[in-house]
Amino acid sequence: MLAFAIRRLIEALVVMLTVALLAFLLFRSVGDTVNQMVGQDTSLEDRLKMSKDLGLDDPVLVQLARFIVNAARLDFGISYQMKQPVISIIADRFPATIELALAAALLAAALGIPMGVYTGIHRDSWLSKLFLAVSLVGVSLPTFLIGILLIYVFSVWLHLLPSFGRGEVVSVGFWRTGLLTLSGLKALVLPAITLGLFQMTLVTRLVRAEMLEVLRTDYIKFARARGLSERSINFGHALKNTLVPVITVIGLQLGSIIAFAIITETVFQWPGMGLMFIQAVQHADIPVMAAYLLLAAFLFVLINLIVDLVYVRIDPRIRISGRGA
Amino acid sequence: MKRRFVALAAVLALALAADAAAAKTFRYAFQGDLNALDPYTLNETFTLGAMGNVMEGLTKRDKDLKIIPGLAEKWEIVDSLKWRFYLRKGVKFHNGEDFTADDVIFSLDRMRSPGSQIKTRAPADMKAVKVDDHTVDFILASPNPILNAEWDTWYIFSKKWSEANGAVNAQPATATSLSPFAVKANGTGPFMLVSHQPGVKTVFKPFPGWWGKVEHNLDEVIFQTIKSDATRVAALLSGDIDMMDPVPVQDVERVKSSPNVRVLTGPELRTIFLHMDSFRDELLYSNVKGKNPFKDARVRRAVYQAIDMDAIHAKVMRGMSSNSAILISPLLFARAGEFKRWPYDVAAAKKLLTDAGYPNGFEVEMDCPNDRYVNDEAICQAVAQMQARVGIKVKLNAMPKSMYFEKAGPSQKYNSSFNLLGWTPGSFDSWNVIANIIGCRDADGKGGLFNYGGYCNREIEALNKKILEETDIAKRNAMIAEAYRINHEEAGVIPLHQQALVWGVSNKVDIVQRADNQILFYWARMK
Repeated sequence: MLAFAIRRLIEALVVMLTVALLAFLLFRSVGDTVNQMVGQDTSLEDRLKMSKDLGLDDPVLVQLARFIVNAARLDFGISYQMKQPVISIIADRFPATIELALAAALLAAALGIPMGVYTGIHRDSWLSKLFLAVSLVGVSLPTFLIGILLIYVFSVWLHLLPSFGRGEVVSVGFWRTGLLTLSGLKALVLPAITLGLFQMTLVTRLVRAEMLEVLRTDYIKFARARGLSERSINFGHALKNTLVPVITVIGLQLGSIIAFAIITETVFQWPGMGLMFIQAVQHADIPVMAAYLLLAAFLFVLINLIVDLVYVRIDPRIRISGRGA
Repeated sequence: MKRRFVALAAVLALALAADAAAAKTFRYAFQGDLNALDPYTLNETFTLGAMGNVMEGLTKRDKDLKIIPGLAEKWEIVDSLKWRFYLRKGVKFHNGEDFTADDVIFSLDRMRSPGSQIKTRAPADMKAVKVDDHTVDFILASPNPILNAEWDTWYIFSKKWSEANGAVNAQPATATSLSPFAVKANGTGPFMLVSHQPGVKTVFKPFPGWWGKVEHNLDEVIFQTIKSDATRVAALLSGDIDMMDPVPVQDVERVKSSPNVRVLTGPELRTIFLHMDSFRDELLYSNVKGKNPFKDARVRRAVYQAIDMDAIHAKVMRGMSSNSAILISPLLFARAGEFKRWPYDVAAAKKLLTDAGYPNGFEVEMDCPNDRYVNDEAICQAVAQMQARVGIKVKLNAMPKSMYFEKAGPSQKYNSSFNLLGWTPGSFDSWNVIANIIGCRDADGKGGLFNYGGYCNREIEALNKKILEETDIAKRNAMIAEAYRINHEEAGVIPLHQQALVWGVSNKVDIVQRADNQILFYWARMK
């Protein structure tokens, strides 16, 4: 177990360094940072001086080394655009994205798993077909379209929910949460649906496929022969065994939701990290972009690690075979 | 369980009830953000406009952009090298301090501090002398007829407050720490800053001790950024916001047809024009070797006359533009009406090209931003297609503004052969346009920094030197007109149009739309 953990940590480090290198090479060609920062009346001399002050004239390797050394100390520099330390901008936006991502993941799981179980058990009922058709919409329509559609229906037409923003937020320590106010909860609904629809579809179909497979196995047949209730079979035995791949997928998807909620955050003007990233790209704000990519890489690595550990916990077969080796 | 439910219901009821206040809150949204609030750090219209509600300069501009008294109630030109400003008495800053001449002197030093982006608001060699607590003299090294043209966005800081809050120097762009006042503000203006979350939400409320006559009836103003065009429109239509800027041209009909909102359009000061590289001896991105077709005025005229601006106005801009014959808005130059565009004439353009030695035209690449000006990429596409009719085959490279300005601008030494640019003179005066856009420059950009094509005519240079110092308005306008005429004759830089401002405004709101696109809610009233 310890060897396993250490091996994974070393792999994680290699991934992070590779991402840092790639990020740096890419950002050499994002555009004229200085022009984005200054007004049109700034003289040529001032612009050249600024370029030098920002270290943009140093050789690539020097800039890269500087970046890596600083990143190790969690010092990602100052955002060119927002004039604040990048780490504090990320800390500021982090709660918003996490709340949205968790709400979306929860929605996806809470709706996806029951739907998957139902469509797995009652394969040919019309309700199953309806669920599958609706979930198809979730994967085929682009996020942007779903978001705007929901805004127009629930906000412009029905005036039920807000069209953008996070609503009123309350500070619990350093964490600014929208979950404790009515307007915050109302503002969370549409973005969570938009972001979670794709995951919900994935979960539904995955659970369905797994259920179909598990329900055909011998031990289920024997449980039925033994007279156990349908409910006990479906949820007590079958579902538990379908969970391994489902958890893996939800875990990976969670990383993807957190890192790439960019489109949803843009559509709903949700003040999270995705929106911060898009603004950084438009302004060629290199410190923010580089920090964000590293953070995304770190998140994926971490979630992968956790999923693997959970895997080992809940599937006895892996534990047993692992011990043997 | 039941008690908990009743308690929860009661809390919800209270929350809903609290919403029913009758306060007049004006909510507006813009596509860009408000970041650092220091108005000396970024020379950008939106920030300066927002801060124009909180801080004030010695002079201001009224609804038609005319200069009116601000913190100075009157001023006189004592002689060509000395201007005397009489400051208003009894003015207080938001934190209670009195406004005096010391604050003006301090603000001048601050405006010149290394991090300031607005150093050009006043001549570098101008000195300020305190005559008494409410009188300041400005001593010039050479005459400057438009000394205070840009002072409506040179806001006055309180010396005492700035010293107490570490704000003595403007926040430099390369700062390694954020000044504490970047999210605070202290001015003399009609509104005070309540809170500011950079890039997210900013809240203002009226300042009860303001010296002027209150023309608004607001209790609170909330600004939020909404980047996505569709979301911004939806927010306006659903009533979540009361005003938005800009309305994308394709959504104008939808906003017009909605019963609760309307579209407010008007001319903007920004002029859009085309640069052609006439600096290099051989174009970087063309199939013509050994010579540069754009050095020949006939070729440039041909490019000009190949463009059907009426079609662009009708189809690309959907009527929301004003075709322009000169490089500045007619609102800013009294004699603009004397100029007419070269007519759209494909046959004439082809003849010009043939005379210049290009009977079959030539190939060239065009660079264009796609997220900076209204419909910038669409305009470039239209221009490129129109050039094909006279034989000039244009390959268009549209790119985001951060990459575009790097390529076509001074950073890469004007690495472009044909491109588009927009410009609003910060001083609302032609000298700025002539110097920056058609002023001669060297390969690095010393001189006309934004003269991307490097067009140079020494006569224009000589005229501009005189324009800077001529105090007689009629003579000055004559020289300006001559400079524009030379550019027109030689088609040095091709003007296209002034774009239009398009605001979406709720029918509950009355607000003034000024051509410089500053959103000044101290002129807004809500029903």
